Amino acid sequence: MTGTARAAVALAARQSYGKLLAFLAARTRDVAGAEDALSEAFAAALATWPEQGVPRSPEAWLLTVARRRLIDSTRRQRIRADATSTLLLAMDELEADRGTAVDIPDERLRLMFACAHPAIQTEIRAPLILQTVMGFDAGTIASAFLIAPTSMGQRLVRAKRKIQEAGIPFSVPEREELAERLDAVLDAIYTVFAEGWTDAAGTVARERALADEAIWLGRLVVSLLPDEPEARGLLALMLHAEARRQARRDAEGGYVPLAEQDPQRWQTALIDEAEALLRAAGATRRIGRFQLEAAVQSAHIARRTTGHTDWAAIVELYDALLALTGSPVVAINRAVALSEAEGPAAGLAALDALAGDRRLAEYQPYWAARASLLALTKDTAAADNAYERAIGLEPDPAVRRFLQQRRAAL
Amino acid sequence: MQYMLLIYQDEKAWAAAREKIGTEVMPAYVAYTKALKESGVMVGGDRLSPSSSATTVRAANGRNQVLNGPYAETKEQLGGYYIIDVPDLDAALSWASRCPGTQFGAVEVRPFFNMR
Repeated sequence: MTGTARAAVALAARQSYGKLLAFLAARTRDVAGAEDALSEAFAAALATWPEQGVPRSPEAWLLTVARRRLIDSTRRQRIRADATSTLLLAMDELEADRGTAVDIPDERLRLMFACAHPAIQTEIRAPLILQTVMGFDAGTIASAFLIAPTSMGQRLVRAKRKIQEAGIPFSVPEREELAERLDAVLDAIYTVFAEGWTDAAGTVARERALADEAIWLGRLVVSLLPDEPEARGLLALMLHAEARRQARRDAEGGYVPLAEQDPQRWQTALIDEAEALLRAAGATRRIGRFQLEAAVQSAHIARRTTGHTDWAAIVELYDALLALTGSPVVAINRAVALSEAEGPAAGLAALDALAGDRRLAEYQPYWAARASLLALTKDTAAADNAYERAIGLEPDPAVRRFLQQRRAAL
Repeated sequence: MQYMLLIYQDEKAWAAAREKIGTEVMPAYVAYTKALKESGVMVGGDRLSPSSSATTVRAANGRNQVLNGPYAETKEQLGGYYIIDVPDLDAALSWASRCPGTQFGAVEVRPFFNMR
């Protein structure tokens, strides 16, 4: 019984945390207060469910308890009376139906829009979504983002205070604004995915889980905003990358670059789903960054069926992406694709054009790309230098070993 | 801000990986040091001899005692350090994560005491 009750609490936390928090926070704008109330409700569930049994609607039970705590604490803090009464009113709406399974409106999307609001610092948006929608603790988030736990905690607290004090709305923007604002939400989700993606082998359970969580968030946004092609584009992009996760490591844990991966090891079901999403997004004829990036992935894996890679098509996709984003990272990828399509000299010329960008001095992929193109043009000394720089900048030991092997083979 | 990256390594794991040290780990350290220098953040750094070479002086009952070995017998021992000058802790952590030392133990990041 105790085991079942605990499992029920864990399940409720997984399924309902974000939903409950969104519901509570949207009414008070007090994210931190809602978090406290909710964690007390979960603690109460752990204490009482094993003895009294799991309630018929765990979600409604948790909401009722959290609501009481929230009202108690707002009264204690003598927060504006109108906030309390709004909350009471909102709760009464729900409670009119008490006892039966209450259908709590899903406001997680509104919560995500609040977290990714332009008034919130870009770097803290993804961590904020992880904490509020997924219920991650600050320590776990800090570790994933390579930030000191105390600073992550402080930044999250500040961001939540900002939501409250600046009066950031919990709403899905109107049509004119939607595309731009949705970009910030999708960007934050992609950041979560990218953090999880760095652990290629999936050996670190937490980071592996982060990629899963991002895909889950991606699916959530697609289900809540089915008409937005970029939401589909992002999900397609993440699924494509996820499909190749295992193929990125050989049996000894060595790094395997995309061009050398065995298509047999790619996960077909994920690829098929990604392709279907991309097609559906394309049908709307509203192209965007994530659709283009997913299209690049799609072009890369085409060799699974065609046996070759259409590099000219990939260059064109990168051209479009570059025009859209102006990102130096895209420019590097474009240069690599260009060298495949037109030869290493063309790729190097494109890389040289970026050399003035200070941000690239510490960016490993720039040096690795440079090194491999220099090697192809037989400029061994320069290639050796660039490989060494890339090795010094790479945090993943497996990738470091891979670069060292390439360097030794010069 | 200046930070010291203190590299604590599991000396047994390090000894067990002897083959890899020369071919892989030392070159990675050389590359890392070079990256620090060329990015303009390196202030200094060096490698220490194994903790078996350490001798510790400690006052007990008002008298200095000289003891063989490191100040504490822990699995991971200080094996080297870097001093870097970077804008903030985030940047320091990012450099620490690139240090080959994380493979054999831990890299501790400590700001220098602010002498204003």
